[in-house]
Amino acid sequence: MCLAIPVRVNALLPGHMAQVSLNGVSMAVSVALVEDVAVGDYVLVHVGYALARIDPLEAARTLAAMREAGVIVEREVYHEIY
Amino acid sequence: MKYIDEYRDGAVARTLAARIARQADPRITYRFMEFCGGHTHAISRFGIADLLPGNVRMIHGPGCPVCVLPTGRIDMAIRLARLPQVTLCTYGDLMRVPGSAGQSLLKAKAAGADVRMVYSTLDAIRIAETEPGREVVFFAVGFETTTPPTALAIRQAEARQLANFSIFCNHVLTPPAIRGILESSSDGVEIDGFIGPSHVSAVIGTRPYDPFADEFSKPVVVTGFEPLDVLQAVLMLIRQINEGRHVVENQYVRAVTREGNKAAQAGMADVFTLRDAFAWRGLGSLPHSGLKLKNTYAAFDAERRFDLEDLPGRENPACECGAILRGIKRPAECKLFGTACTPETPLGSCMVSSEGACAAHWTYGRFRDHQRRAS
Repeated sequence: MCLAIPVRVNALLPGHMAQVSLNGVSMAVSVALVEDVAVGDYVLVHVGYALARIDPLEAARTLAAMREAGVIVEREVYHEIY
Repeated sequence: MKYIDEYRDGAVARTLAARIARQADPRITYRFMEFCGGHTHAISRFGIADLLPGNVRMIHGPGCPVCVLPTGRIDMAIRLARLPQVTLCTYGDLMRVPGSAGQSLLKAKAAGADVRMVYSTLDAIRIAETEPGREVVFFAVGFETTTPPTALAIRQAEARQLANFSIFCNHVLTPPAIRGILESSSDGVEIDGFIGPSHVSAVIGTRPYDPFADEFSKPVVVTGFEPLDVLQAVLMLIRQINEGRHVVENQYVRAVTREGNKAAQAGMADVFTLRDAFAWRGLGSLPHSGLKLKNTYAAFDAERRFDLEDLPGRENPACECGAILRGIKRPAECKLFGTACTPETPLGSCMVSSEGACAAHWTYGRFRDHQRRAS
């Protein structure tokens, strides 16, 4: 139930709503819970509400770390925590 | 889909699996609980168990809100739905969850009750607006991901003076459930570390898991829902254990921060307050683990509006959902599994939701059991 899906924001609508495309399907979702959403952002949508914005730099860095079997993210996260 | 497909790359998965195999110390058994049903589903669907060495075991946790809802609360929802003036709006997952004596919302609907499946609280608000003659009750269920949308709906209903809208609140909290598992572990399962939830953590942040690392000395790695995320998190947990560390680490940095979503937290804090205790299927009554509406929003509380009494609920006595939710038993160890209880005819909640341990094992894992028996 707690699975949110990454969608691209295509247009901002009145009343803290946004038009997003979900695997080709266009729908309106609430962006009231995420500040300063802009067209082109990817947000995680759950039951019609955006819960978080995906950080494209962190996403790329995580992927790079995975390709090298995990080393980079771990070290960075380790430092971030302490 | 962007941000999904790239985290499902088979070649990268094999690289991570090879690293895990090298790092896992054959003298140690690693028992990791994935709290969240979304992870249970991913682990089963992508065959992650097959990629891990034999001494790295994943234990399914209770993080499936449909699964942990006690039968009595389903009975109460059915009772509400049968009131002639009520339109009960619910997420689809709850339609087929068995209540007492084989009842369900789907059967109540078939018998004439006005039960409507909605995607969002926004839909329930719309129904209340367009049908002012109906008492629209939203069956609110879920962890900290679904709670902020319910909070916003309440505020919206208040702002629009929707007198015919209320919620039947069953929202529960993740950290008290993890604590419940750790504190009951004398009679239960041994856990060496946790895969922390993805989207619950997007809302609450990683800070609320600190006590499990500090007080209980368990490593926690907050993890995304894709298979590469899970593999990377397993690697991070193994490293912590090998190095004798127990801290909260964040693998899901692309969506989760230490502090979480402040707007969502503020919305929840405005509308909800803690119940003294809430009964969980499998875990029993846990203190301060559930939410109710604050007195200032009492007008939107369906339990008060319809004077709904608590119902005890009767579960199928042979159903092992309770032990499965605590990680003590595996789905195949229940004698109902795959015989009387299947996703088409579920007898226990864990077979209903696709995130339930039984449904995930039935859909993706049972063939492995057959192979094991055959060999």
